[in-house]
Amino acid sequence: MKTARPTSTRLLDFLGSMNLAIALLVIVAIASAIGTVLKQNQPYPDYEIKFGKFWFEFFGSLGLYDVYSAIWFLLILGFLLLSTTTCVIRNTPGILRELRHFREKAQEKSLRAMHHSASFTTTQSAEQIQALAQKTLKSEGFRFRTHQENGTSVVAAMKGGANKWGYWLTHIGMIVIFIGGLLDSKLPIMFAEWSGTLKPETRNIPASEVPAISQLGVNSFSYRGSVDIPEGRTANIIFLPVRDGYLVQRLPYEIEVKDFRVEHYSTGQPKSFESDIIIHDPDLKEPLAHTISVNHPLIYKGTAIYQANFGDGGSEVQLQLNPLTKQYAPQTLTGNISQDYNLSSSTEKYRLELDNFRLFNINPVKNDKGEEEQKNIGPSVIFRLRNAAGEAIEYNNYMNPVVIEGRLYLISGVRKSPADPERFLHIPADQKGSAELFLAFLNALQDEAFVRKTAIATTQSSMGAMQNQQLDNAAVENQIVDSMVRLTQVFATKGFDGIMSDIEARFPENQRAQVSEAFTKVLQASLRGVYIDLLKQRGITEPKDSDWLFFDDSLNAMANLPFYGSPWYIQLKTFKQIEASGLQITRSPGQDVVYLGCIMLTIGVFLLFYVAQRRIWVLIKPLESGENEIILAGSSNRNPHDFDKYFQRLRSAFQTVLTARGD
Amino acid sequence: MSVTQEAMHALMDKPSFWKRLKISDWIWAALVLAGTAYAYLLYSHAMDVYEQGFLLASAPALITLGWNWRAVQPLSLLITAFSLLGVWLYSGNIVNAETVFGLKYLFSSQSAIMWMSALFVIATFFYFGGLIANNAFVAKTASVLTWSAVIMGFTGLMVRWYESYLVDPEFGHIPVSNLYEVFILFCLITGVLYLYYESRYRSRALGGFALLVISAAVAFLLWYSFERGAHEIRPLVPALKSYWMKIHVPANFVGYGAFALAAMTSSAYLIKYYYSNPSRLVAILVPSFIFTGLFIWIFARTAFGKTPFEGSMLSLGLNSAGIAFAVTLLLSALAVLLLLPSTQKALPSLEMLDDITYKAIALGFAFFTIATILGAMWAAEAWGGYWSWDPKETWALIVWLNYAAWLHFRFSKGWRGTQMAWWAVVGLFITLFAFLGVNMFLSGLHSYGEL
Repeated sequence: MKTARPTSTRLLDFLGSMNLAIALLVIVAIASAIGTVLKQNQPYPDYEIKFGKFWFEFFGSLGLYDVYSAIWFLLILGFLLLSTTTCVIRNTPGILRELRHFREKAQEKSLRAMHHSASFTTTQSAEQIQALAQKTLKSEGFRFRTHQENGTSVVAAMKGGANKWGYWLTHIGMIVIFIGGLLDSKLPIMFAEWSGTLKPETRNIPASEVPAISQLGVNSFSYRGSVDIPEGRTANIIFLPVRDGYLVQRLPYEIEVKDFRVEHYSTGQPKSFESDIIIHDPDLKEPLAHTISVNHPLIYKGTAIYQANFGDGGSEVQLQLNPLTKQYAPQTLTGNISQDYNLSSSTEKYRLELDNFRLFNINPVKNDKGEEEQKNIGPSVIFRLRNAAGEAIEYNNYMNPVVIEGRLYLISGVRKSPADPERFLHIPADQKGSAELFLAFLNALQDEAFVRKTAIATTQSSMGAMQNQQLDNAAVENQIVDSMVRLTQVFATKGFDGIMSDIEARFPENQRAQVSEAFTKVLQASLRGVYIDLLKQRGITEPKDSDWLFFDDSLNAMANLPFYGSPWYIQLKTFKQIEASGLQITRSPGQDVVYLGCIMLTIGVFLLFYVAQRRIWVLIKPLESGENEIILAGSSNRNPHDFDKYFQRLRSAFQTVLTARGD
Repeated sequence: MSVTQEAMHALMDKPSFWKRLKISDWIWAALVLAGTAYAYLLYSHAMDVYEQGFLLASAPALITLGWNWRAVQPLSLLITAFSLLGVWLYSGNIVNAETVFGLKYLFSSQSAIMWMSALFVIATFFYFGGLIANNAFVAKTASVLTWSAVIMGFTGLMVRWYESYLVDPEFGHIPVSNLYEVFILFCLITGVLYLYYESRYRSRALGGFALLVISAAVAFLLWYSFERGAHEIRPLVPALKSYWMKIHVPANFVGYGAFALAAMTSSAYLIKYYYSNPSRLVAILVPSFIFTGLFIWIFARTAFGKTPFEGSMLSLGLNSAGIAFAVTLLLSALAVLLLLPSTQKALPSLEMLDDITYKAIALGFAFFTIATILGAMWAAEAWGGYWSWDPKETWALIVWLNYAAWLHFRFSKGWRGTQMAWWAVVGLFITLFAFLGVNMFLSGLHSYGEL
């Protein structure tokens, strides 16, 4: 009858089983992969847009947005830890036996059955053989023990016990790494959240207004968070990201950022980011000044202060708002980045949200040869313009004109949402790099009286050339002038699309192609007329090729204006940059523990792979003939190839020496 | 009795390690020490204390390596000679790359790396040719070609290191900073590891297998260079400006190289194993080729877009499906050739193949462990935490766990043979994803090699 094993033993067997360990290794690998496929800790609305409401919530409940802090993931890791620990505990007695026991009581039969085994007879006496075996094995670096029973003696030897230490070091090393990681983990926060004493803040509010339930005191055991500090300002808190919110962690000191610097290579790419910081702490006799940079953090009071990133700290910008339609007036505005401004001098109310200022913009630009090259195209201001309905469009306007294929443009990037690709409006700039001529051209096109005047002049001059034709000149003339003015108006406010929809509204389909051809000619004549007049006002009587390129570029830009979405072209005139240094501050008391585990693991791996545990047995058995039979056997748990050779050498040495003397 | 003991001693006694060293070994050591001292005097002012430490530690490491594997001695001396020649030909002027004959055709980094690429590919054909025709001379030629490729490749890297300072002293850095440079490193380390096993096991039969994976890397390298201009020397981003790069990256690539080698010896194992059972072989080879084809197709499509090579010098009208088809066809043809009885005879025994696979994985695992730990330490210094579950970190962990599981099976369960060989082959795909896929498909902190 079989007796049932107690549950505890079975549980221990299960936990310590190799199958479970390997299964867990594979499960951890697969679970980790999930978190790399789905980008972790993104803003939650982004996930919602991506998956839709149902799946967003479903994935959220599985913790997929922060897999590595999800309960199920931590449980798997915990299981791996438990399994490894059980494994070590269960295997240790066996390994100790393996290290201590020479197996000197090995039976003749089992020695003969070993893979490495040889036997031969000799006339040498048992004592001599035994002494020889002992000395030889000793000089070969083996430890040995001798056992005698029924006249048979066995010299059992072994070396390479360090291999077993490899087992302990690797496995205990992993446990130590786990424990170190646990010390630095978010578990205390998760526990506090679960017990209700802590609640992450999700609103975008100043740190001073964050309620106490979302704050952590200076004595937190471990943390990793970040804070942006503008130049000349001080902070004593950091923000710890928690899913879609954050917690405010108080620091045991204050950090002041004196200066933040970005150095650049000759190509314009950033070479280094560094901050001059000052630590203010009552425990210090005087404030501690230090410069940190990427790869060179400051360690202070068990925390490490890193240069993580940088941003704008509220730069002052002066903007000029150039109206693109005549119902708005030009104006200037002086503001600071990350502030909002009301723009009221318009029929519709707009809110200008200044988002960011960039001193350097490294962009691919086409040179004269039409090749793209990376170039710094200078400062830009990024802002959003929000209308009364709350819809916003994002703009990125560059301060300086850019040379593209030999021509100058002022560039404005535009997109409806951060997910969209940026599109660019290229406003042709005059020789001085100003948008003045373009804006004047646009204004002139919108000025009905001006357009009419040039239309009449244009029409008359061309009609004059056709004097001989039998036409009612006055009537035709008026009709042409009227359509010139009207088409120009439509174009200047609604672009080519406006003209197309105008045609669609007024003509049946079979006439449209013809009409649009005629309209294009009329419009072209009018636009050219206005442009020539405008140039004349500026003293240019004979436009050059470059002037006509400018004309073409202007029309291209105007054709895109209806999609631009802003009633102004907002130009950055001057700025005073104030940068903010992005610091990451961590306290990770587990780090040294982890490193200790890593050292154990590394040493262990090498011992495990490159030290072989070898055993040799020499059994001496007297035969009836008075001779002695020797059975030489051996085993090695690594590198059988090398051991083969070694064993052969040992065997032939014994055989040569012992049998030669006997003859 | 004492006579017996002495005789025994004489028979067992292998000369000690020190006694086995020849005069040439000591000259070699002296040369390495002199070179290191010279480099130290010349450049120590430009290094931080850690880098000085690496330089000083590299001398005993190289000496030990050369003592244990003597081929390293002429190898490194030739690399040094060629590199110095390259530096001398430059004489401080980067423009010389285009004007001086010796640089334009041999020792400028670009030329040397092209030589490396060509030699590796030719050597692959020679190795397979030697194996299939069972011709020792052809195989020996392949060895010489591989050694030459390694010499040219390392020379290319060394000269590139120097060139980076010539382009702009501020750009200067060790050439292991982006995908292009580490691909060269991968080819070289895999090549050197293979050559080590070749000399150790005295068999050239596996050369084609090992160099197949190197040739694939070379193909990628050429595309990356011609199509994307990846060979251009660019300055380092601030996060990479650290002494850690000098140890983290090479350690990682010993791991990757060894894992790649293990996968290739496993392929040889599988081909030999299934040879005795052809119907099963077909049943297994066909799906694995389909899988490989599919993999390459997805890979090529992602990397090249829908119309690869359009308007480029590689414009062969190939598309990703074409590439996948061609590669699959090539592999199938190769498989058929490898099934010839003469080839089978030349392949090492299953035990030996298994043993090499294990050794390669063990070596790879040891170095990959070190590399990951060094990476964690660097991360603690650069990103503010030794572990951030960044995609590259996580995939390094996945690779590590995979091989850890493999080793557990082998040590604890004593598994050998086909399953383990298949697993080692699959391991290469996991490794490849960690090495390349992460850069292509996933974004994270570790995005230095964008495609």
